[in-house]
Amino acid sequence: MQYLCLIYQDEAAAAERPKAELDRLYAEYADFSANLKKSGRLVGLNRLQPTRTAATVRVRDGNIVATDGPYAETKEQLGGYYLIEARDLNEAIQTAAGCPSARFGSVEVRPIWQMQV
Amino acid sequence: MHRLEGANPSWFKIVKVGAVSSSAPMDKLSGKITAVGDVDVRDTIDALYRDESRRVLATLIRLLGDFDRAEEALAEAFRAALEQWPRDGVPENPRAWLVSTGRFKALDALRRQKRVEPLPDDMHERVAADDGDPASFDGEAVGDDRLRLIFTCCHPALAPEAQVALTLREICGLTTEEIARAFLLPAPTLAQRIVRAKAKIKSARIPYEVPGRADLPERLDAVLRVVYLVFNEGYSASSGAAVTRHDLSSEAIRLGRLLIELLPEPEADGLLALMLLHESRRAARSTPDGELILLDEQDRSLWNRDQIAEGSALVERALASRGFGAYTVQAAIAAVHANAPTADATDWARIVALYDVLLRAERSPVVELNRAVAVAMRDGPAAGLALIDAIMSGGDLSDYHLAHAARADLCRRLGRTTEARASYKRALALAQQGPERRFLERRLADLK
Repeated sequence: MQYLCLIYQDEAAAAERPKAELDRLYAEYADFSANLKKSGRLVGLNRLQPTRTAATVRVRDGNIVATDGPYAETKEQLGGYYLIEARDLNEAIQTAAGCPSARFGSVEVRPIWQMQV
Repeated sequence: MHRLEGANPSWFKIVKVGAVSSSAPMDKLSGKITAVGDVDVRDTIDALYRDESRRVLATLIRLLGDFDRAEEALAEAFRAALEQWPRDGVPENPRAWLVSTGRFKALDALRRQKRVEPLPDDMHERVAADDGDPASFDGEAVGDDRLRLIFTCCHPALAPEAQVALTLREICGLTTEEIARAFLLPAPTLAQRIVRAKAKIKSARIPYEVPGRADLPERLDAVLRVVYLVFNEGYSASSGAAVTRHDLSSEAIRLGRLLIELLPEPEADGLLALMLLHESRRAARSTPDGELILLDEQDRSLWNRDQIAEGSALVERALASRGFGAYTVQAAIAAVHANAPTADATDWARIVALYDVLLRAERSPVVELNRAVAVAMRDGPAAGLALIDAIMSGGDLSDYHLAHAARADLCRRLGRTTEARASYKRALALAQQGPERRFLERRLADLK
């Protein structure tokens, strides 16, 4: 079964992190991703650009209405995701707990509803 | 606490039980006992439903991989027992019979369904793996099934109120209506909570398993929290539904016993001890018309000595281990009170020391408040008042009625009547429950 692990963290705090700390974090992420890949549980991953680059789109009465910013203002922002394969929710939670941002941000684990396209 | 009237499965009424032989010879060939009469068979089945149906359900959920399917299978198994046992006798191992019959009926239904529509993915394997091996539904795995059920119902991915509802429904076997009554909620609300929780177990694939060593402490905490929540819901209630809610405390104690039987962990001992020691005072903590009686004014001859003895022994056992936590320490405090022959003979020095331990395990303003009250008893009201004022200056407890009530009480004992009156009034403005409000009103009136 697939789970999407959505990584939320305080963007503003992340931007102020000293370089040495950032380097350490990137290294941890590289290890985490490499281990996931090696175990065969990694389906996909991406890091998102900051929310200030976001646009939110709605169609109302046939008109496209685009606004700046994310859908909701929250204390922590979606910063990236891992799509993983796991036996069940417990394994997915264990895996998500290994994500470096889980220590200061949070990781939302959502089961995937497989769609045919 | 299982009541057939409550759990009332309708098939108990529909099925006619035929006459059977009035002797009870052991049929050695088939290993079956012929029942002595239809009433006896009915009694046997009633008792089995009461004592074993949750165990059977726990195993059926593992074998069938689905709560609803397992519940249907459980009903089918009891229906079959009512049909067959009066005629054929009660099987030697009724529980294994019920599991195997329930499973057979469920798989049979699925095979028939397979001809019409595709089976759910997970069921192909289960139908294929149907080897009928009785080892998989009796023996050691079965004890684990009840633990699996407990840990699944109390999974942290479920909302706390859903964990409570599911636990009472699936593990305790209460009906949706009973749970709704106990929590003063409309039955459809409660039913929806349970349906959603089961749907989440399925769609997020919450596994039916006992957590591994690494996760166990945290997952056990979640289970204990649910049990204690159920207990407190029944214990703190003093409204009109008090009788129904009392049942919740008994259910929680039963859950606590089940837990230590299945999983001997110090904090499970501690929680059961805490519940027993609180429960031991039930008869003494309020007047017949529901007015509160404080600990130091309670008639100690009304305290339940058996519960105190059992609770105290559990506390000792938990304290002797290395892994105890906050429940055990709270139970130890309750045990000091329970074992004091009179309020004046209470060992307040020990209670203060235990609060110090508790504060190290879990620093909270409420624990600090309780410690301050104990200090007041050990060193006099002035010492306690200084501590309470220091805690309240932090602002944490400014809306907590018991903090104001405790402060009022110490001021009263120091003869600072004006301050006492102001604090009682503040407590009264914040208190919600009728008996607490009336208690505070009496105290306020006594000041004059």
